[in-house]
Amino acid sequence: MSRWAVALPVALALAALTGCGSGTPASTSAASSGGGAAKTLTVFAAASLTGTFTELGTAFEAAHPGTSVKFNFGSSATLAQQITQGAPADVFAAASPATMKTVTDASLAGAPATFARNELEIAVPAGNPAKVDELKDLSDPKVKVALCAPQVPCGAAALKALGAAGLKVTPVTLEQDVKATLTKVELGEVDAALVYRTDVLAAGGEVKGIGFPEAGQAINDYPIAALFNAPAPDMAGRFVDLVLSSRGKDVLAKAGFETP
Amino acid sequence: MSATRTAPRRGSDRGPGTGAVTGRPPWVLLAPALLGLAFLVLPLAGLLIRAPWATLPQRLTEPHVLQALRLSLVTATLATATCLLLGVPLAWLLARVSFPGRRLVRALVTVPLVLPPVVGGVALLLVLGRRGLAGRWLEESFGVTLPFTTAGVVIAEAFVAMPFLVISVEGALRAADQRFEEAAATLGASRWTVFRRVTLPLVSPGVVAGAVLCWARALGEFGATITFAGNFPGTTQTMPLAVYLALETEPEAAIVLSLVLLAVSVLVLAGLRDRWVTGP
Repeated sequence: MSRWAVALPVALALAALTGCGSGTPASTSAASSGGGAAKTLTVFAAASLTGTFTELGTAFEAAHPGTSVKFNFGSSATLAQQITQGAPADVFAAASPATMKTVTDASLAGAPATFARNELEIAVPAGNPAKVDELKDLSDPKVKVALCAPQVPCGAAALKALGAAGLKVTPVTLEQDVKATLTKVELGEVDAALVYRTDVLAAGGEVKGIGFPEAGQAINDYPIAALFNAPAPDMAGRFVDLVLSSRGKDVLAKAGFETP
Repeated sequence: MSATRTAPRRGSDRGPGTGAVTGRPPWVLLAPALLGLAFLVLPLAGLLIRAPWATLPQRLTEPHVLQALRLSLVTATLATATCLLLGVPLAWLLARVSFPGRRLVRALVTVPLVLPPVVGGVALLLVLGRRGLAGRWLEESFGVTLPFTTAGVVIAEAFVAMPFLVISVEGALRAADQRFEEAAATLGASRWTVFRRVTLPLVSPGVVAGAVLCWARALGEFGATITFAGNFPGTTQTMPLAVYLALETEPEAAIVLSLVLLAVSVLVLAGLRDRWVTGP
């Protein structure tokens, strides 16, 4: 018993230390390993790219033996904040030009390239309980709608689309990201939500997507850039090339993105 | 706990030899201890250093900040009231009634303490959501839906905060002298009267400490709230949610909101002083 009393705090302290290891100290190890045999490429990418970029990362590792691609998926704005605060990233792929601008304005990257476009769709739960057919139906007060918060790209796009249609919608919730918004549809807690077409596709049969003409006026561009302070600069450029290549376009198109 | 508090005094009574040992702690302990202290305090100091003090008053009085703060205070208070109403009897049950599986029940009661709050939120959705086990019935029978309502926020906060109250009150009940209750009972008081007139006053410090902790935990609740109750200004957007969203576009605003929560937390814990730590 007394041995446990000692062992537990020690174990916790070790866990805390190793936990910290994945944070800032990783920057030094990633930077130093850049010239070594085992190379690590660190890609910060918008959460909506999780599926496609994981697939491209595997392809990249196969094409460059001895390299490993590490991803940090999250909200574009959060990732941009992390990069401007000195996070050790090689590549940044954002879900909106605005979040990329945070990074380029801080002179941390050059001109980004647009590699994908995403369009909004109305997502309804399987069975469509509220009988939603078009965007206009979302303004019915009896229909429970979830939108992304205006602070995040999918929310900004939703506002733009609703504005283009001249509609006023009162959502029941403004979710922090597109995945959380979609989850509320999947669980049937809301009758409809405005999310990206790619997310509807990724959700499978649980969710049905309904296209609408105004979505064309709220298309979201995805920019990508290699970062100036990249710990592995040559690899960063090659990864960006892969994303922009026909191979990259295939993977993105399969997931529902438009590619320029 | 009181033993540790008297320990230094006892040490100094023992003479100069042992006094020197207690007075100068070994480096092996002191270095990690100070490191630990810095690890816990430095991030908070960072918040204070980076705070935009010049624009602070103006940012704090912005309508959406006040709205989120008001909602936070109201829901945390309602959640604490709910916890008192349900948690005190539960603590009494655990402390005074012997029943099979009591240890298991006690473990279950504390699960929300260690459960990731997001998981708590998902669990609440699956039970009380529109398609949840109880939620479906609530909607069909009464037309009541809990997600996306202020009541949903209160439920999420109470779920996460109740263990703090139960643990505190149960500890107080176990430490309280049962002879007073027995004396009251022999004098003819009913069990309810004994509980109300003897037990409750006896453990009131524990109840107060538990309620304050419970309130502070409810005030800081984020994961279960955003998962179960969603985020809508004025209805479900509490301070922690406002902090999270402010970070997306306005880091400075997020710092200001965080400062408010930090100040409230420190005030609450300072108010409790050593009551929580030493306990009954």
